[in-house]
Amino acid sequence: MAAVLPRSRATAAARGGGLRRVMRRKSTLAFLMALPLIVLIGALVVYPALYSVHLATLNKSMERFVGFGNFTFLFKRDLFWMVVKQSVIFAVTAVVFKALIGFCVAHFVHNVPAKGQRKWRGMLLIPWVIPPAMSTLAWFWLFDPSYSAFNWLFAHVGLPSITWLGDPYWARFSVILVNVWYGAPFFLIMYLAALKSVPEQLYEAAAIDGANWWQKIWYVTLPMMRNIISITVLFSLIVTFANFDIVRILTSGGPIDQTHIFATWAFKLGIEGNDIPLGASVSLFMFPILAIAAIFILRDINRRGNEA
Amino acid sequence: MSRRTFTRRRFIATTAAASAAAIGFPYIRTSHAAGSLSVGFWDHWVPGANDVLTKICQDWAKKEKVELKIDYITSQGNKIVLTATAEAQARAGHDFLTFQAWDPLDKQDLLEPMDDIVGHLTKVNGAMDPAAQYLTKGKGGHFVGVPAVTGTQVKPPCARLDLFKKVGVDILEMYPTLKAPTKASENWNWETLLSAAEKLQKEGHPVGLGLGQTTDSVDWVGSMFASFGAEMVNAKGDITIKHSDGVKQGLEYMQKLVKVMPRDVFAWDDASNNKYIISGQGSMIMNPPSAYAVAKRDNPKVAEHLYTFEMPKGPQGRFAPYLPFIWGVWKFSKNKSAAKSLLQTIWQKENVEKLVNGSIGYDIPSFASQRSFKVWEQVEPPKGAVFHYPPKGDQKIWMACSPAPVAIANQMYVQGFMTKLIAQCTQGGMSIAQAIDWGAKELEGYQRS
Repeated sequence: MAAVLPRSRATAAARGGGLRRVMRRKSTLAFLMALPLIVLIGALVVYPALYSVHLATLNKSMERFVGFGNFTFLFKRDLFWMVVKQSVIFAVTAVVFKALIGFCVAHFVHNVPAKGQRKWRGMLLIPWVIPPAMSTLAWFWLFDPSYSAFNWLFAHVGLPSITWLGDPYWARFSVILVNVWYGAPFFLIMYLAALKSVPEQLYEAAAIDGANWWQKIWYVTLPMMRNIISITVLFSLIVTFANFDIVRILTSGGPIDQTHIFATWAFKLGIEGNDIPLGASVSLFMFPILAIAAIFILRDINRRGNEA
Repeated sequence: MSRRTFTRRRFIATTAAASAAAIGFPYIRTSHAAGSLSVGFWDHWVPGANDVLTKICQDWAKKEKVELKIDYITSQGNKIVLTATAEAQARAGHDFLTFQAWDPLDKQDLLEPMDDIVGHLTKVNGAMDPAAQYLTKGKGGHFVGVPAVTGTQVKPPCARLDLFKKVGVDILEMYPTLKAPTKASENWNWETLLSAAEKLQKEGHPVGLGLGQTTDSVDWVGSMFASFGAEMVNAKGDITIKHSDGVKQGLEYMQKLVKVMPRDVFAWDDASNNKYIISGQGSMIMNPPSAYAVAKRDNPKVAEHLYTFEMPKGPQGRFAPYLPFIWGVWKFSKNKSAAKSLLQTIWQKENVEKLVNGSIGYDIPSFASQRSFKVWEQVEPPKGAVFHYPPKGDQKIWMACSPAPVAIANQMYVQGFMTKLIAQCTQGGMSIAQAIDWGAKELEGYQRS
């Protein structure tokens, strides 16, 4: 049939058929369906990220290209290294405690009879569901310099009051505590899902082999949860490193800058201090650290996936 | 039953008519012949104060045939700073905006010169306060902003008359009701405050002066250092902290004062001091009359003893902690003439008085000749509660971190440099000499251009 058609019509038909074939492919359809999201991410994530890289290469008045000048300036500042140290302490301590608490509570909830489990799950998720800016304000009132509810309780049992946000070490403790309170339910829910997917037969086999509860956790639960632990730790590490609201609301980085983390210091320098390029440089500093951590963790997960 | 269909021909005709109307609309002459003007004002704390400003502006807009749009922007969460930064980046936004103190000089290349307005205001009202000039006079001596009437404030002591009298300091003897300060006010100095603070702490009502990193803390500390003659960076931008006796004296003084204040003053924000005095626990804070106004509502028994008066004197004089908002017009504004006309209208004396009345005396005009309105006599109880609030006499209006060039002073201010300096040698474990060395290093970083 095609042989009797004029040449141009045949080409057009072939082209049309080709387009139809491309459109029929699952990958094309998937791409088209994901396109709105890709555009959104491009506009709201990729463009701002590239723009902040551009900003980080400008001088304070944003008129001159200075290359890595802002970074070399930062590396000479004691306060910058203090912020690096504090960000690491804040993120690592908070993630460790969130993971531990999440792991323990997930076991507790997992062992609650199915009937009451939903209630526990709902209640334990509350800290994670409340917008952090709001819940942190409530914590601020609990730590309030003059009217701390905790100090009021301490006074009633004869304990001395604590300057929660006025003393550098207590202030660090307070911001980490609130971050753990807010983030632990995320670990809980992820670990609970992972626990539910561990086949019961493995525990039965371990029990037959005479394993105690610790050996069951060490040799069955943990290996089965390794991937989910890695992913949650990575995800939480990224989010905790980039935290802003908790520190901003509770201490604004004080006292004597001892609770500043990257995001709060970047805001202080960039927006409040009218030095946008330096602020952008501070906020970009964590990018390579997190990127390297992500590469290692994801490579490990991939390797285990391939082994499986 | 007839069924009307929307034909292709009809669709095209309707679309064409709609497009023609839409395109033609802006050229139809309306009552807003002088164009439109978009204004961003600071959202006032005092209830009702915004309404007075809106009325003045709308009356002007009606007379000038300008379509006026007003946004009230809060300073909570730095929204006013973020707005200015975003508009500067986008080169778009309001025509006329309220800026926080340091912003206009930082963004001076984007702001319309205001020499004509300042010239006119100076002619009518006399010289503008030097602190206001410091924040608005840019390159080549050109003004790039005008201090705002609304929100501009000073932060003198707001103290409990009864508690101070109990420890032997009669505030009314120094600052009598509705009368000029007496000779006894000469004795109201930092040493008198320290001795009273020691006694008040024993009484269970410590003096509470914030030492955090927010404006209330930084402003009074700036005035305290100034009254000791402290200079950390001079007007040329040279770091002078190591050679200033005033810095050492100020720090020595603070080492004593911190011991008799609440331990948590280093964590105070701009709300903490208000809560402290309103609760009845505190005997003195440094604040505009907003704390007093809230006390009147929430704890009237405390409010009837609260009295606002001059700053303590130091070896170099008396300095009132000043914090203005500044009005500026973007160069990219499409209606600069209307913006300037509105600015000039707001600054007419009768309008300034209306605004100060609307703020119940909170706002402080930046011209000394406009600081004797009736409202400061009328606010009570107690009688004359804020009569001594507007700076008069030998009290200098002082911007913390001046006279450093604004680019450095801005960093010192927003990073709470002076309060951190005090914290280093009171709770940070450093000696005064070590704190000053730390300060000199920090200041080097602020010199970046």
